[in-house]
Amino acid sequence: MKKELGIFILLIVLCAVVAAINPNFLLAINLQNLARQIGAFGIFSIGLGLVIITGGIELSVGSMMALLGVLLSMMLTEWHLGVIVAVLACAGIAMCLSLFHGLLITRVNMQPFIVTLCGLLFYRGLARFITKDETKGFGTVGGLDFLRFLANGNLFGVPMPFVLLILISVVTWIVLHRSVYGRYLFATGRNPEAARYAGINTRWMITIAYVISGSLTAISGIIFAFYTNSVSPANHGNAYELYGIAAAVLGGCSLRGGEGSVVGILIGAALLQVLRNLVNLLGIPSSLDFAVMGAVILLGVMADQILSERRNRRQIKLMRTPNPLAADHSGGTGSEPIR
Amino acid sequence: MPEPILEMSGISKRFPGVLALEQVDLDVYPSEILALIGENGAGKSTLMKILGGVTRRDSGSIRLDGQEVEIHSPSEAARRRIEFIHQELSVLDNLDVAANIFLHREPTKGGWLRWIDRRRLYREADALLAKLALQISSRTPLGKLSLAQQQLVEIARAISAGARILIMDEPTSSLTLTETRRLLDIVRDLKAHEVSIIYISHRLHEIEEIADRVVVLRDGRNAGELQRDAINHDRMVRMMVGRDLKDFFKSGKANGSTSDDRDWFSVRNLRTLRYPNTPVSFSVGRGEVLGFAGLVGAGRSEIARAIFGIDETTSAQVALGGQQLQITTPRDAISKGIYLVPEDRRQSGLIVDFNIRENISLPGMERYSRAGLINQARERAAAKQACEANNIKTPSPEMKAANLSGGNQQKVVLAKWLTLSPKVLIFDEPTRGIDVGAKSEIYALIRNLAAEGVSVIAISSEMEEVLGISDRIAVMHEGRITGVLEREQFTEEAVMRLATGASAN
Repeated sequence: MKKELGIFILLIVLCAVVAAINPNFLLAINLQNLARQIGAFGIFSIGLGLVIITGGIELSVGSMMALLGVLLSMMLTEWHLGVIVAVLACAGIAMCLSLFHGLLITRVNMQPFIVTLCGLLFYRGLARFITKDETKGFGTVGGLDFLRFLANGNLFGVPMPFVLLILISVVTWIVLHRSVYGRYLFATGRNPEAARYAGINTRWMITIAYVISGSLTAISGIIFAFYTNSVSPANHGNAYELYGIAAAVLGGCSLRGGEGSVVGILIGAALLQVLRNLVNLLGIPSSLDFAVMGAVILLGVMADQILSERRNRRQIKLMRTPNPLAADHSGGTGSEPIR
Repeated sequence: MPEPILEMSGISKRFPGVLALEQVDLDVYPSEILALIGENGAGKSTLMKILGGVTRRDSGSIRLDGQEVEIHSPSEAARRRIEFIHQELSVLDNLDVAANIFLHREPTKGGWLRWIDRRRLYREADALLAKLALQISSRTPLGKLSLAQQQLVEIARAISAGARILIMDEPTSSLTLTETRRLLDIVRDLKAHEVSIIYISHRLHEIEEIADRVVVLRDGRNAGELQRDAINHDRMVRMMVGRDLKDFFKSGKANGSTSDDRDWFSVRNLRTLRYPNTPVSFSVGRGEVLGFAGLVGAGRSEIARAIFGIDETTSAQVALGGQQLQITTPRDAISKGIYLVPEDRRQSGLIVDFNIRENISLPGMERYSRAGLINQARERAAAKQACEANNIKTPSPEMKAANLSGGNQQKVVLAKWLTLSPKVLIFDEPTRGIDVGAKSEIYALIRNLAAEGVSVIAISSEMEEVLGISDRIAVMHEGRITGVLEREQFTEEAVMRLATGASAN
């Protein structure tokens, strides 16, 4: 809870600062755009968060989106499949691929980093090969109104991707924080051996997390495909997995596993998009986009680490020497997260 | 007699809740093989850790060559030419033999560049290996060597560091017979080169063979010593165990009401990963407590892990109440009412970062959930009840398990299984690292379980404990059950004899 609060305050402060310097931040059109971005990036970030909670990692998200994007375009424009069939096929492919990741990791005992790194390389290459490196669009195919609405439409003024993100967050929040599966997932990520001794099928728990991540990647992928409306196989979704990992880590997930929350990941994802928006609005050269993001993530995680270590040390000191004066120091603003 | 090179006198050490060493004296003479023996937990390792600079003593003095010294760290011990070869090998299997031998003492060249002088490194390492009659090249990656060879590399490292006192903690515990012979030869050879050896072992036959003197510890105190001519197996056993059983167990003495049906839970031809060539068979009656005694590494924990489905096994026949069971995962065992309280509480028994409630409900989540969603009220209520029923001392079930004492942690592990009505409960070292008060509570719990008809298997390395809580005791030695003792045969000598590999008669 403390972690989420810290990053939430950072998010609010950042928004306030940007709004103060450039009031355009608060224009409806800017906020709508921002929410759309947060939605599209947030959805797959939640999936990645689940994987990180198992102690794993998923690096192939961006490449998989490129592959799904070009396949979706080809299925609709070249193979003339029905919209529903094409969408289901995309989701199916994503789930099968991530199931395969999960099995390689849990049955063959390969390291998640390596399995998904190979996925990152392989899917990107495959996407470029099947398209002969040509950018794919959706042309004049009919019946795509609903999908376009999902990516570009608004519901009562709220962008659809954001609406979807909220829906998905509620569902994953219940799964992660209120269901048996969520409990097992945290147990597995925290201490796989003890989880096994308690009768949990840890391999299966981990595999399911990858499959969920794959499905959410498919949803994000479809949104991005219609949001950009053209899919360039070499660039589409490039490095998006890093946005997801950054969001999860900012939101309090530990790469060691067993730690994290849906709310944290949501705030983390939002923070990253606000940063991109900030670069735009404050007239910072857009080439510094990544540098700003890197710096803020580094400072955020560093502050969290230093503060929690200081808290620990103070507790240990208090336990060692029951010094009445120690109480004088604890009244300060030590819990303020980031400066 | 020459002057001792090492005199440890009046050494005491207290750990939270236990007095590990009380006024222990130990002298070592030049060129001597001194055997240090005692039951598990007698204080041998603690004493040696103090000498090796791993642990600080509370009181007492250490004199080297008559000079009083302080040994604060292992590197300081090394500077005083005391080397420690631990039971668990501490070699780096990603490096080669020479690199291991000269780790942190590599011959260098090139002045401040400190390049490793590879020629000299390998030449000196090879010379050393030849001296130990080891037929391996110093360029061999350590990972390619057998456990015994790796151990010899450790000895080579100690020698090359100029060891004058060499501490060997159970050096033969994982060696085969031939490898053991070889090691004993080398120990004798070291003695001839004026190294004094402190040799810790449970294998009394080896000690009969090589020791010049035996010092016995019992319950953290000196329990006597034997000179060369007086060393024999029976005397050593008597000195190790010679104490009265405390009335600790009186309240929870076996009730003798064991069922006639001693095959209620039976295990046939169980082959463990560690001892695949020695199939083990045994059975436990309904309401019976079967103790498993033996030395550390005898293969008892492996049996527990195999029954519970943690380790894969082949061809074991497990039956409960006449029904054959197929157990390949812990889930299978749990569904049949067979539970394990594992040896390593913090690593396997609990998720210490989870709170008490989450730990207790973990294996039986289906009881507290509907359609996959947790009924929090029911879970909380069950956890609260389990805390009260098992007398877990905590302000609330929402406390992290990490913050509990060892005894209370163990009660959480137990509570977890007791809420699921066990049929067979396996305890692996039920009271390791637990204070006396919690210990007696756990013994009472075990007796209650047996009285309710649960078949209990209790693996314990504490002699008193295994004699106190068991209705029958199976004693193991190197993967085999060397004998099963009935209550009227229970003596510490009988157990120790079987545990050290003597035959049943």
